[in-house]
Amino acid sequence: MITLIQFPGSNCDHDAQWALEQLGAKVNLVWHNEHELPRTNAIVLPGGFSYGDHLRAGAIAARSPVMDAVRKEAARGVPVIGICNGFQILTESGLLPGALVRNTSLHFLCQNVHLRVESINHPFGAHYKVGQELVMPIAHNEGAYFAEPETLERLQGEQQIVFRYLENPNGSQNDIAGIVNAERNVLGMMPHPERACDPLLGSTDGRGVFQSLLEVALQVSGS
Amino acid sequence: MKVRLFVRLKPSILDPQGRTLERSMAHLGIEASEVRVGKLIEFQLPSSGETARRQAHELAARLLANPIIEDYEFEFEDQA
Repeated sequence: MITLIQFPGSNCDHDAQWALEQLGAKVNLVWHNEHELPRTNAIVLPGGFSYGDHLRAGAIAARSPVMDAVRKEAARGVPVIGICNGFQILTESGLLPGALVRNTSLHFLCQNVHLRVESINHPFGAHYKVGQELVMPIAHNEGAYFAEPETLERLQGEQQIVFRYLENPNGSQNDIAGIVNAERNVLGMMPHPERACDPLLGSTDGRGVFQSLLEVALQVSGS
Repeated sequence: MKVRLFVRLKPSILDPQGRTLERSMAHLGIEASEVRVGKLIEFQLPSSGETARRQAHELAARLLANPIIEDYEFEFEDQA
């Protein structure tokens, strides 16, 4: 059972649900106000504009009641994926290091990007190879990854950088497009794998993220 | 207590808004430099004195500013 959290303003929730259900997953949509999470094997925080990006993108959503439960599940090893706004929410809630700031161009970027798979040394990399080039769309205004130099060094040294942009579209430090936490069970990525899951969408390169999530999820015992 | 909270991007962070404004200012014929754009958040607290200051700092630290990318400072107006 995959838990998909909905915040007020999440708009990529149904796409993520569809991408997961295509692969045979059972998806449970949970509203952000819930204090408890039902029995779950994996958690997905979808993209969108939670709270209209007010204050800072993902800031208010990160303080939603449900995030305490997400933090508890993440602490016991449940795999968590945050996509775009979901990545922003993960950094704002301290589940991932760093922050996502305004694109250097000041433009909302809505385009395909080429990514390089930097590390598969984590549960979400089972269907990719290091050095593999992927095509996925981005759609964001605050997608530039920022972290202090010591954090960047640690991410680099510990192979926590999962995807890098081949042509940095937004000013992300070290071209970072996606990272995992030190415990390697929480993944955040700005590109939208759920929009690269079908030939009709122009790319199926995003499927691997969800396939590996499902495989890892089966190994987790629900609470 | 009336609270004014000024939130700024840390100096190490690129501020593309500020840079864009510099160019716009130059177009108006006035050369300004080091333009940075921040936020002003104003609110009233029912408390006063040290309690209010402590609460204001807690709000800044836990919600109103992101310590990874932002610095902040307060102006307090105690109406007690």
